[in-house]
Amino acid sequence: MCGIVGLYLKNKSMQSSLGALFAPMLIEMSDRGPDSAGFAIYRNEVDENHTKFTLASDVPEIAWKALDAEMELALNCDVKIQIMGDHAVLVTDADADKVTKWLIDTKPDIRIVGSGRSIEIFKQTGLPKDVAEKFELASAHGSHAIGHTRMATESAVTTAGSHPFATGLDLCLVHNGSLSNHNRLRRKLQREGIIFQTENDTEVAAGYLTWKLRQGATLHEALEASLEELDGFYTFCIGTADGFAVVRDPIACKHAVMAETDDWVAMATEYRAIAHLPGADTARIWEPEPDKIYTWGSGGSVH
Amino acid sequence: MAELDLKDIGVRGVNSTLHNLPEGTNEVDWVINNTNGQHAIACGLDAPLKVVVNGHAGFYCGGMNQHAEITIKGHAGVGAAENMMSGMVRVTGNASESAGATAHGGLLVIEGDASSRCGISMKGVDIVVGGSVGHMSAFMAQSGHLVVCGDAGDALGDSIYEAILFVRGKVKSLGADCIEKEMRPEHLAKLKELLELAEVDADPSEFKRYGSARKLYNFDIDNVDAY
Repeated sequence: MCGIVGLYLKNKSMQSSLGALFAPMLIEMSDRGPDSAGFAIYRNEVDENHTKFTLASDVPEIAWKALDAEMELALNCDVKIQIMGDHAVLVTDADADKVTKWLIDTKPDIRIVGSGRSIEIFKQTGLPKDVAEKFELASAHGSHAIGHTRMATESAVTTAGSHPFATGLDLCLVHNGSLSNHNRLRRKLQREGIIFQTENDTEVAAGYLTWKLRQGATLHEALEASLEELDGFYTFCIGTADGFAVVRDPIACKHAVMAETDDWVAMATEYRAIAHLPGADTARIWEPEPDKIYTWGSGGSVH
Repeated sequence: MAELDLKDIGVRGVNSTLHNLPEGTNEVDWVINNTNGQHAIACGLDAPLKVVVNGHAGFYCGGMNQHAEITIKGHAGVGAAENMMSGMVRVTGNASESAGATAHGGLLVIEGDASSRCGISMKGVDIVVGGSVGHMSAFMAQSGHLVVCGDAGDALGDSIYEAILFVRGKVKSLGADCIEKEMRPEHLAKLKELLELAEVDADPSEFKRYGSARKLYNFDIDNVDAY
């Protein structure tokens, strides 16, 4: 059992209160996932010559500030770092692949949690309210966010095993459910060069989408393929640069509800996570059908 | 009419107020406000009360109901009226998965659509859905009636026992051992009675009846693929 939530603000004037609206959604799902929580928030987009990385480390005394200068020297680039709990958001004009390689090769204590132009991912073990507080979610602004509260069934309760999982630039995945063929699929993807940090089943789903997208598939095509290849129970919510997508397995045992008003689009495992949003009581509310891909783009429409 | 503010006293406060009413009370009309999609609202009632749940409800609303008449003014979450014994639960909007699951008696009316597994393992309840039902509805349904004024999703009535299903629209597919059956006068009469009780306007003659082929009751090697 887990809880997933997503909120996309169609009304741009509400972007300053994204966190204030979204934090109660995440916290309301605490009963479904009290062991860890995480969220991806889309904000402060950098220009096309820069990349934003969210990094995390389990080493408490990690010298984030020193990383700044060291990386500038090694990659001959400009680096800015903002520390947020045991995470840090790094913006650089260096080539994203070179940064990734350099971090993997020289900084074994640092994990890359996500990367893109606007995505920032924060996740941690502990109660959702504590995680939200630690990463100052309630005061966050932004265009959209997706989040997850975890009750682990398939792998260890660790920060690395928490959701969301990055699946590419500005893309990430949260999952409610469990996959039954993740070990076989993980071995297949490893042969294709996908690197995994955990034994987690959702990381395999994220790795699968990453692999498909690298091959040139659109997000829609990658999700369609995942419906064929991923065996198990799942409701996925996928954060994208300009919105989010929702997909449920063909049996659809894992709950999901969506709601839309003129101002926002929301999805959640349970309606109670949406109930506090302004106008929720008169919103258009429906349950996503099994085996069907729903996406929101910057046009604000539901497909 | 008495009002209860769920935001103020919580689900436990609402339900214990309704449970602790003295037998034969005159205070039978209740309205529950500020529901905010909370779970287990008006569960376990066992008196002939008239309760209005004023807003969208979360999971298991009206579960285990006996005798009470509960109206959910809005949508209902998973398992509305699950395990109901008697009385009535009406949902003016849509109902999520597993509405009326395992219910033994009473009447569940869903004026909108019901999601997947509506009436799963129903054991005597009558369910009338004004709209359509999702996949695997009436799965292992044992007795009672499921009336669907719209369409039914995949695998309707899979592994059905003796429940009787009436569907007006299209059935996407029938589940194992569920077949279309002849609509005899007694079925038309029962269907008419249920539609009237539910206050749903539909012509009984437009429905088809489905039920068990009774081929899965005993092991038969020729049916091994269907088990």
